[in-house]
Amino acid sequence: MAIPISYNIRNLKLRKGLTIMTALGIALTVTTVVFLMALLAGLKQAFVSSGDPLNVLVLRKGSTAELSGGFDANLFPTLKNLPGIAKDKNGEPMVSGEWVVVIVLPRRDGTGEVNVTVRGMMEDGLEMRQLPADKPKVNLVEGRWFRSGQREVVVSSSIHRRFANTNVGDTIQFGKGPWQVVGIFDAGGSAYESEVWGDVNQMASDFDRQGAFASAYLRATDAASANALKNAVSDDQRLKLDGMLETDYYAKQTSSGGPIKVVGYMVGFIMGIGSIFAAMNTMYAAVAYRSREIATLRVIGFSKPSILTSFVFESLVLSLLGAMVGIILMLPFNGMSTGTSNAVTFSEVVFALRMTPTVILYAFIFALVMGFFGGLAPAWHAARQNILTALRG
Amino acid sequence: MTLTTFVTKSAFRNKRRTVLTMMSIAFSLALLTVMMTIWRAFYIDNGSEQSTQRLITRHRVSLTFSLPIYYEQKIKTVPGVVEVVPTQWFGGKYIDDKPEHFFAQFATDPQELFKVYTDFKIPADQLEAWQHDRAGAVVDSELAKKFHWKVGDRITLMGTIWDANPELTIRGIYTAPQPTQSLYFDRKYFEESVPIMKDQSGTFGILADSAADVPKVAAAVDDMFHNSPQQTKTESEKAFGLDFVAMLGNVKAFILGICGAVVFATLLVAANTMAMSIRERTREVAVLKTLGFTRKAVLTLFVGEAVVVAILAGVAGIVLGTGLMYLASHNPQAGFFQGIGVNWATKILALFLAGIVGCLAALVPSYHASQVDIVEGLRYIG
Repeated sequence: MAIPISYNIRNLKLRKGLTIMTALGIALTVTTVVFLMALLAGLKQAFVSSGDPLNVLVLRKGSTAELSGGFDANLFPTLKNLPGIAKDKNGEPMVSGEWVVVIVLPRRDGTGEVNVTVRGMMEDGLEMRQLPADKPKVNLVEGRWFRSGQREVVVSSSIHRRFANTNVGDTIQFGKGPWQVVGIFDAGGSAYESEVWGDVNQMASDFDRQGAFASAYLRATDAASANALKNAVSDDQRLKLDGMLETDYYAKQTSSGGPIKVVGYMVGFIMGIGSIFAAMNTMYAAVAYRSREIATLRVIGFSKPSILTSFVFESLVLSLLGAMVGIILMLPFNGMSTGTSNAVTFSEVVFALRMTPTVILYAFIFALVMGFFGGLAPAWHAARQNILTALRG
Repeated sequence: MTLTTFVTKSAFRNKRRTVLTMMSIAFSLALLTVMMTIWRAFYIDNGSEQSTQRLITRHRVSLTFSLPIYYEQKIKTVPGVVEVVPTQWFGGKYIDDKPEHFFAQFATDPQELFKVYTDFKIPADQLEAWQHDRAGAVVDSELAKKFHWKVGDRITLMGTIWDANPELTIRGIYTAPQPTQSLYFDRKYFEESVPIMKDQSGTFGILADSAADVPKVAAAVDDMFHNSPQQTKTESEKAFGLDFVAMLGNVKAFILGICGAVVFATLLVAANTMAMSIRERTREVAVLKTLGFTRKAVLTLFVGEAVVVAILAGVAGIVLGTGLMYLASHNPQAGFFQGIGVNWATKILALFLAGIVGCLAALVPSYHASQVDIVEGLRYIG
């Protein structure tokens, strides 16, 4: 027969101080781990939600990133005439030749300069990123889009928040002179959230890169033709180009979170062990205070396994309490954005801490594991103690 | 019985509890030691004496732009500059693009490299062999160990930035005070394979007269190119490295946050234990007082007990942390931690923090204990 749950809950309530302190200790461990996991989740989201499965990215063969590409603009018409490309608003194939460069911008808070990605694109590039029409990848939130042939740029909303001189109407300096900021766009936490966009020809001439493109984007009509397009580009021996789905390209870049992951596992592991010992301590104390009570339970007829289960359960409740407090402590930080460098482009990726359901689930599992291991030995001790000695004690 | 033995004996009256508490504190302090060591390596250490004399010049806009090679001669004319060497990031793949096969590759001038990087040691005959083979390369000794390379081995790098696959023969293996994970090869070979980079270099390494001259040289170099089409950004080697650390995000805040959480968690654990153990002894406190111990003496006894436990746990934690750091820095995969060890200052600071935590943790419960009314205390049955 099982010991009622209310027995454990009442016990935890009885020793409020002890319960609160232990739960807080576990909470701090959970907070730290949740923080690191939320960081990783945000980073992952920035990359995974980037790109559209219908966009095919074309790079020079052997090149792994847009920044390290570069192919002759003469190849562009060939790309444009490939089958399966959607039509733009003028009825032409929707294809955009692009240049990606990295520039330094001063942070708004004056804490130094950071590398930021600038993307030069054609009008089709803007159009394909505002697809699908009902749920566009990027939205204009202020001002207007840049016009081709003008020294105009639009900045993402997180760049706008974090960097100086990025209000609509301001000018930023890079390349061969000033560029006017004409709009701010929102890219919903994707990698575009870390970019500044302008006209590709203006940009190429500013960086002396006319006659070539770093990459090209082809918009496929549907998923099947996206795959076909990708293969058509890669298989054409004359082109010496590689085609890939934009989503795959970004998925590969999540590796930028590697160091955070390593530190996260290490910190979680070590702090977890420390918390297990602390929980053990509390549970041993709980058992010691109640040794006569436990013996009485045994006399009444509760079996050893039910006592063991009861105390492990009490420890689990304790750790759950800790997990809840820990997660609540982290809630104010949810959505706080920070930047890290993309190991592929050397430029800053802005991403937000995201307490996704997975993160919260893992936090609970982590806390329960701590509670289980912390409670096991004391519960074992409680179940095995000698009834007579305990009753006399 | 002296006071010290009394304190130690009371600290271990409930062995299991004390050991568990110590383990918990020890693990937290191990983490704290590791975190403080990383902090030190990033923000306090200056590297070898020679490295404090070095600067790196790059294009002001970004590392992805290059500078004309003639800048080398111009930089040499700046007062305080001893030697200059062009270094160009190649960024090729070796074997495949798995992160464990990644290492830094630079195209450079074999005649100049070791004149600027004076703390890199290479046998004279190997250096000469490299200078005479334009398809030769020199590699860091740690890197050579990792890939089991010997002098004379041939390797092929696959360019990702440029369409070039240099085939190199390892002509020399150098040792650096801190592992660099780098390979250097002749820029002439690089220029042949990548014509677009002819007479271009991404960065220049500069050796200054003395560490004191570094800021002056940096300013002078940047001033010199202020009105040229390619402006430069010159900073000390340390600052240049920190730019990469900064790319990981707000590392300072992360480390501080983790350290704060660890210290606070330790404080809770220690306070918890002390509260438990002092409440148990309410009657003993009353006895002590009857014997003539003053409130202050009782307070001191309990605080001392907590400090003893915390310090002992601190020692264990520091040993554990040092061990962890040793493992991390000797793991061939962990380029991040290469060459970082725990130093005495960190150990002493960690121990000091442990003591403070013990002291703070015991203050409130000990104060309550010292305030116990003798008659009430004697009646206390727990």
